[in-house]
Amino acid sequence: MSDVVLLVVTGLGLGALYFLAASGLSLIYGLMGVLNFAHGSFMVAGAYAGWLTMTGLPDSLGVGVRMAVAIAVALAVGALIGFVVEAVLIRPLYRRHIQQVLVTVGLSLTAVAAVQGVWGSDAHPLDKPAWLAATTDLAGAEVPNDRFLFIAAALLLFGGLLALLRFTRLGLVIRAGVENRTMVEALGINVQRTFSVVFAIGGAAAGLAGLLAGVYANSVSPLQGGSMLIYAFIVVVIGGMGSLTGTAVAAVAVGLVQQLANYYAASGVGDLSVVLLLAVVLLVRPASMQGAH
Amino acid sequence: MSRHLKALPALGLLVLLAYLPYLPVELPGLLPGRVNGPGSMQLLAICLTMAGIALSYDVVFGRTGLLSFGHALFVAAGSYLTAIGMASLGLPLPLAALLALVGTTALALVVGGIALRVGGIAFAMVTLAFAQAASIIVLRNPGDVTGGEEGRSLDRDLMPDLLLGVNNAPYRYWLALAFVAVAWLAVAWLSRTRAGHAMAAVRENEARAAVLGFDVYRAKLIAVVVAAFLGGLGGVVHAVVLGGSNPHLTTAEFTLSLLVMVVLGGAGSRWGAVLGGFLYTYADSRLVNLSGSSLLESLPGALGNVLSQPLFVLGTFFVIVVYFAPTGLTGLGHRVLRRERVE
Amino acid sequence: MTTTTTTSARRQEAQPILRVEDLHVRYGGSHVLQGVSFDVPATGVTALLGRNGVGKTTTLKAVLGLAPRSGGVALAGRDVTRWSVTRTVREGVGYVPEDREVFGGLTVEENLRLVGGDVGVDAPIVGELFPDLVRRRAQKAGTLSGGQQQMVALARVLLRDNRLLLVDEPTKGLAPKLVTEVADVLARVAQTTPILLVEQNLPVVRRIADTVVVLDAGQVVHRGPAEELVSDPDLTRELLGVSMRREARQ
Repeated sequence: MSDVVLLVVTGLGLGALYFLAASGLSLIYGLMGVLNFAHGSFMVAGAYAGWLTMTGLPDSLGVGVRMAVAIAVALAVGALIGFVVEAVLIRPLYRRHIQQVLVTVGLSLTAVAAVQGVWGSDAHPLDKPAWLAATTDLAGAEVPNDRFLFIAAALLLFGGLLALLRFTRLGLVIRAGVENRTMVEALGINVQRTFSVVFAIGGAAAGLAGLLAGVYANSVSPLQGGSMLIYAFIVVVIGGMGSLTGTAVAAVAVGLVQQLANYYAASGVGDLSVVLLLAVVLLVRPASMQGAH
Repeated sequence: MSRHLKALPALGLLVLLAYLPYLPVELPGLLPGRVNGPGSMQLLAICLTMAGIALSYDVVFGRTGLLSFGHALFVAAGSYLTAIGMASLGLPLPLAALLALVGTTALALVVGGIALRVGGIAFAMVTLAFAQAASIIVLRNPGDVTGGEEGRSLDRDLMPDLLLGVNNAPYRYWLALAFVAVAWLAVAWLSRTRAGHAMAAVRENEARAAVLGFDVYRAKLIAVVVAAFLGGLGGVVHAVVLGGSNPHLTTAEFTLSLLVMVVLGGAGSRWGAVLGGFLYTYADSRLVNLSGSSLLESLPGALGNVLSQPLFVLGTFFVIVVYFAPTGLTGLGHRVLRRERVE
Repeated sequence: MTTTTTTSARRQEAQPILRVEDLHVRYGGSHVLQGVSFDVPATGVTALLGRNGVGKTTTLKAVLGLAPRSGGVALAGRDVTRWSVTRTVREGVGYVPEDREVFGGLTVEENLRLVGGDVGVDAPIVGELFPDLVRRRAQKAGTLSGGQQQMVALARVLLRDNRLLLVDEPTKGLAPKLVTEVADVLARVAQTTPILLVEQNLPVVRRIADTVVVLDAGQVVHRGPAEELVSDPDLTRELLGVSMRREARQ
């Protein structure tokens, strides 16, 4: 029983990280038709910004405070980079989806190489507060506390995004744009402005995901973003591309499947079963996966 | 111009390249040592192999318009199945290569069959996921057949002597050159068949291709399978040239680099893909040597370190090409030629 | 703008609201519009007619900037060809597309607020012209009938101040009673705003259109008063391939 609890909670924690990474991807894809390969770079940027903040702040501040500041910095850096990438690289290639993808591919190569050039290709250890490294007894299972942090962050983001989509003018335009962007423009609404915001939100979430993935792994490294990104892509596809709720459900499913299969079958089987899950979903309901563009 | 005349430049280049192993001149800065020295021959062999693999990728991307992020899967399958066939099954190289090609083609039918149920960007994501699955398997090293992070060497006892050792680098070079020629001819032949016309129609406009009576799904599947076959063949040659399989072949980064090569050279053109593959691989390997150069040392620390990363330079260059020369280097060349003719 | 108000107001009578000159559209290899020229007068309904596939929808899209165009498009004398779609709409060109294209996942209210901002179905014009929509404000637009969706598509453009409306086949697929309702609404709107209307239903054209422009194979083949065309069965058959009588019986 305690095994199951532990696996479910850690699976949910992993799913939470996937959701943080995938929600921005899904919104960007749904609204703009851009498959953003640079999303992994946003994660790396958030992770390194957080790590630099942690090491840059005086030790006297205490790990908890430094971590809190690092999270804020990761969010801000992610948002800023997302905003700038959209404005400088994506916008000039308006509606040329393949070229937009290619530019983000180039950017992902360049960014990882730049990080390797400046900070080396090795992983850098990331401090975390003692309470985050400790475990909590939950129905007999010793659950690492950081999993709760991931779940809380994902729930906050999910709730915040849902509220944004439902209750704000921006959210209304985004929902309409995901359905039919051309028609939104043909009603005289400037969709371009929402692109910048969506990229900034996605970037902030990715920055946070990057830093939290660093907390998960106890270190930051240049290649972390790339491997997270692939699972985030899978989550986006299974979730129906552009649907926030679908993305959330898919993130949880992928996290749980991965953890459970890795434990009950063999290490590595979980990762494969995620791909298998994707194949099954595609075979069962291919039509819903075509995306809006 | 007749078809035969058009083939002249390619044929001339082939003859010239085939002659290189007899050329004992030095090209300082461009190649390590003499052109026919083992260092240069090995470098050129790798560049040619990648040129052929880029050409195979262009069948799906440039000719059919399918953004596949899973092509690495097929190249890796060709390479690994050869290595495994020799080491685990004790097959001689030709049989292992045959096994690899059959295996790769079968894999392409399955993966393509599933992934092509979705289109556009979703297809890209699904192919990426399949390639990732392969990458995971290779790294987990089930039953010790893939060698995990170390990769897998080809069993030297089962290799023809001609392809082994430093001094036989020219033979590996010729093998790579032959691979490029075969891939070139195969793609040229394919583009003249009905399947090739269907692919071109799908690339231009999928809905219209269907209206014109082409079986779109079939055309795409043929593209994926032919590309995988040629990519698998490239994987076999890659394994022979490098003496084994390396998990780098399975990574998403490898597929992305294929995409970069094709776009750099010019998608949908044989010259473009081959040129892009060759130059990218060459630059990737030579830029590493630049990192110790005095020019970079004179730059302030971080900037020098960043510029010494080949992928930083290539990635930046790639972004510039996407913006300013979307038809790639060959497209740029065509434009310059046309302007000259007009003036 | 303000400095020229007096002179342009005086010219308003003569100046067409929309002038299309030598308009070309190419999609991939096909040349859909091959030099289309016509004027839309500043009052009344101008019907754009022609057989299926002659480029009527493409003409509307090209005017708005939704299709890749070359040639001249002028709104009240101002060149719009360098404007974005969004700017063209904001300058007063309202667009009601073929097949409605309402946002199915959004409620009626949300569909209207997209354009109206703070006001949706509570706008006076909605209550006046589309009372049914007020009752259905909370319903998802995707669950509405075709006629109701057409009302949403019309209502949302009317929430903006338009100088010209582009309306594409608003009665397509509707029951006869709804066809009449839509035609009523268009007739009411046309009292204040000129309309360029693509319409296959000739009785509707006869009822509300003042001027007709007929396209064939990407070119204008006829221009004139609506009455002249619809009252001449031979001309109708020649230009549109339909007979007025058969059309009327449907």
